[in-house]
Amino acid sequence: MLDCGPDAVLIEVHSLAEVAAVRAAVLAAAPGYVVDVVPAARTVLVRCTPGTSLATIRELVAQLRLDTVVAPAGRSVTIPVIYDGPDLELVAATAGLTVKEVIELHTSTTYTVAFCGFAPGFGYLTGLPEPLRQARLDTPRPTVPTGAVGLAGPYTGVYPRSTPGGWRLLGRTPAVLFDSARPQPALLTPGDQVRFEARPC
Amino acid sequence: MLTVLRCGPQALVQDRGRPGYAHLGVPPSGALDLPALEHANRLVGNPESAAGIEALLGGIALRAGSPCMVAVTGAVADLSTGAWGAAVRLAVGDVLRVGTPTRGLRCYLAVSGGLAVPAALGSRSTDVLSGLGPAPLSAGDVLPLGSQGTMSARPPAGEAPTQQDPPAPVLELPVLLGPRDDWFHEPAVQLATGQWTVSPAGNRIGVRLHGTCLHRAQHLRDVELPTEPVVTGAVQVPPSGQPVIFLNDHPTTGGYPVVGVVPPQALPALAQARPGVTVRLAPATAVR
Repeated sequence: MLDCGPDAVLIEVHSLAEVAAVRAAVLAAAPGYVVDVVPAARTVLVRCTPGTSLATIRELVAQLRLDTVVAPAGRSVTIPVIYDGPDLELVAATAGLTVKEVIELHTSTTYTVAFCGFAPGFGYLTGLPEPLRQARLDTPRPTVPTGAVGLAGPYTGVYPRSTPGGWRLLGRTPAVLFDSARPQPALLTPGDQVRFEARPC
Repeated sequence: MLTVLRCGPQALVQDRGRPGYAHLGVPPSGALDLPALEHANRLVGNPESAAGIEALLGGIALRAGSPCMVAVTGAVADLSTGAWGAAVRLAVGDVLRVGTPTRGLRCYLAVSGGLAVPAALGSRSTDVLSGLGPAPLSAGDVLPLGSQGTMSARPPAGEAPTQQDPPAPVLELPVLLGPRDDWFHEPAVQLATGQWTVSPAGNRIGVRLHGTCLHRAQHLRDVELPTEPVVTGAVQVPPSGQPVIFLNDHPTTGGYPVVGVVPPQALPALAQARPGVTVRLAPATAVR
């Protein structure tokens, strides 16, 4: 556990499964002074209301019983994709596959939303088949289209808005990734199970 | 209602923000100098949580479409109504013009009833990183007001109009070491002996400091940090070694190491620091 300012601790773990377990355990304990429980790749941040002592937070975390908590099953989400992205051929060449095989591979897997960051609704999805784990672009694009579907390193994901982006782009989805007016504003939240489905251009 | 006649460099609706959605990638947002907004709200008889205007370098002019009370706090600027830091009554058609502050950066304007613009995720704050909340204000905007309760609202007893303290020549910020202070060579020494100025390139996402380079520990020079959550006030050090101090619209995760965190009570002074202000960082370990 690492101090993160006066009101938060950063918990280091060894796997995404542990991230999910720690997050579920803190949420299950649900003390009123916890404001944010933020998962990431190998860490979970627990942020509390100002004035909560670090000792209190550390005691809460130290007492978590990870073995008794089962992370609640997330939602199953299917994302329609038109696979016409500008980096399809680059991804295929890097993987030593045809474009058709890349699309089949990307749509053949069930991914898990490990965490969100970078922008509201941007979920980092894990479970990419090995040939699709590729580097970022050498030069990020100053803007990517809203709904662009891409991959970088161990993750695949969808850009919720037109922002700068360095991921290799496979296609685009009409699905709305984040809408603050919805009862559930984010389409993808940590723990959700996600599949991509190819749609005709 | 209020009609915006003109804006300075940037005028945004702000309240206390929308904490609690960081797991969805949503920044906490909210007024950067929250004590100033809360004070302005108290002066006009609002709850402290009411939405007001954060005006970067002042410059905003508004016309009252209904009788109301207004107050301007934060950076000291000349007002057409004369009374900075106090509640002023506007009649229908009255215009309030806010000048440009010569010290400090952000003026805060509260109006009785609060701004009743639509909320996103429970807050009326504009988030410049994600675009959540109302669009930045521009001339011609008509701002609806909430119900004003009693028009005879007076400033709370004992809270007379205040003057802003003159800023110190050097802004010294406490920095609580961690979580990645161990990524840096002698972090407390580097922080304590460093000196920076506020760069003009900063905004609500973060203040960029220009000056002493912060160096990593030798064995971590070319290592990448897996992306991890960050908090408001985090002092993040990119490969350039020039630190960035995250403010309220910061991205919720980041892949550059955070050497320490400026605690919340020190951030309003940073939010009022103009480009060119000298900054020193005073390392400390958090109290357990």
